Amino acid sequence: MNNKRGSKLITSPYLLWSLLFIIAPMFFVVYYSFTTETGAFTLEHIASLGKYAAIFARSIWFGVLATLICLLISFPVAYFIANSGSNVQRTLVALVMLPMWMNFLIRTYSWMSILQDTGIINTFLGKIGIGPFRLINTPGAVILGMVYNFLPFMILPLYSVMAKLDKSVIEAAQDLGGSKVTVLRKVIIPLSMPGIASGLTMVFVPSVSTFYISQKLGGGSFDLIGDVIERQFQQAYNYNLGAAISLVLMVLILLSMAFLNRFTSDEEGMVI
Amino acid sequence: MKIPSKIYTALIFIFLYAPIAVMILFSFNSTNSTGLFAGFSLKWYSVLLGNKNIMKALTNTLVLAIASAGISTVVGTAAAVGLDKWKKSWLRSSVMGVTNIPMMNPDIVTGISMMLLFVFMGQIVGRKEILGFQTILIAHITFCLPYVILSVLPKLRQTDVHLAEAAQDLGCTPVRAFFKVVMPAIMPGILTGMLMAFTLSLDDFIISYFTTGPGFQTLPIAIFSMTKKRVKPDMYALSSLIFVVILILLVLTNVAQARGESKRNKKN
Repeated sequence: MNNKRGSKLITSPYLLWSLLFIIAPMFFVVYYSFTTETGAFTLEHIASLGKYAAIFARSIWFGVLATLICLLISFPVAYFIANSGSNVQRTLVALVMLPMWMNFLIRTYSWMSILQDTGIINTFLGKIGIGPFRLINTPGAVILGMVYNFLPFMILPLYSVMAKLDKSVIEAAQDLGGSKVTVLRKVIIPLSMPGIASGLTMVFVPSVSTFYISQKLGGGSFDLIGDVIERQFQQAYNYNLGAAISLVLMVLILLSMAFLNRFTSDEEGMVI
Repeated sequence: MKIPSKIYTALIFIFLYAPIAVMILFSFNSTNSTGLFAGFSLKWYSVLLGNKNIMKALTNTLVLAIASAGISTVVGTAAAVGLDKWKKSWLRSSVMGVTNIPMMNPDIVTGISMMLLFVFMGQIVGRKEILGFQTILIAHITFCLPYVILSVLPKLRQTDVHLAEAAQDLGCTPVRAFFKVVMPAIMPGILTGMLMAFTLSLDDFIISYFTTGPGFQTLPIAIFSMTKKRVKPDMYALSSLIFVVILILLVLTNVAQARGESKRNKKN
């Protein structure tokens, strides 16, 4: 297959596929956003988005919080894993990945048993004479659900850059008199930047667009933008409005991603 | 690792496994509560095995995962092999950009965008109930393809192009040279891609939720409709069984990897 035609030929099934099932669906999101149910052009859906501004703001706020918490929690964990022996490393990485293969609906539901007013935490606190505290149906519970579900998406990319870090660079910085904080700030963090950038996207995107976690752990009082979209498609059957909200969500995420991508230059720069 | 780091790491793992432990505990509950443990029993496991609905969803999920992993691996590997030969140009970078779309887009947007396409097509061909096995299969192949392509491409880049040329100089046809020389070299990438496609398809809920119809339920969809009402411990029993299966698979691959590594170390 050293000729040009051969390489075009075997790529063509994929090109056709992506045209039909990646590009065309994007076109339909735009098309539905700007048309009425009968197919006439309208700006009504886009114009009506103002009333969802508060929900958009909440989704972004919760998403940003969950992402930052994930980063803070994961950074030390990833560093510790990357610096342990190879057998321990392999086992710990497998243990980080294992929960990802469990159905996330069930894991989220299981948090309800833990957080409920009569759940495990409150029963325990009751036994030692404190509480009960209101844990479920709070913003904290929703953010906890996001952190819990997407934590591995932060640990894994961080770990994979840190495992490749050249130890001698860190030692050199220490030999040259860098304190622990300086080494962290001037060497480890800058060198982990590609991992941080892909971890941030991999946590932020699903957090900001989630719809199940907020319904189960927020008790319906903390609607996120994903909930609104889901309702348009599965209950209200207002596809056009749903498409318009999705379009805005998509643009928003692409913008934040373009911002983050400045840290990873390679076209296959994602660290999975 | 020092002691404080060990404690910290242990705490994070407790956090990651707390809901799973709760799930396993309540799968053995003797009452139908998922909040109060009354006593040990295996009854939810037998209830589960008798639940035709769930067993059907389980087979559906496996059939779908095998089909979408298989198709996306073949199409994706072919695409990667072709793309690897393309010169750096705007065309190549736009194809790579399009490939990134399903990975970058939130799942909910991917799901509804495909749903809109299918519904529109359904209106054109006059079939209202177009959503079902065929549409969910298309959707799963679509979101698996980028992962296959991006696992195979780096392996191709590491392969020496002259090897395939040498094989052709020695009389191989281009196709034969590919299967004899290139394919073995990129096999680890192909396998990684296939495994990723398989697990992604197995576990996907959001995209499936928007692209399937009532005629074809996968396990995550079945679980979703059950968690709308009160979950009974049979769902926990099912998840515990899945957990054990994955755990065994992980232990096996881990042992295999460790063995491979110690063998290599001995050779050196």
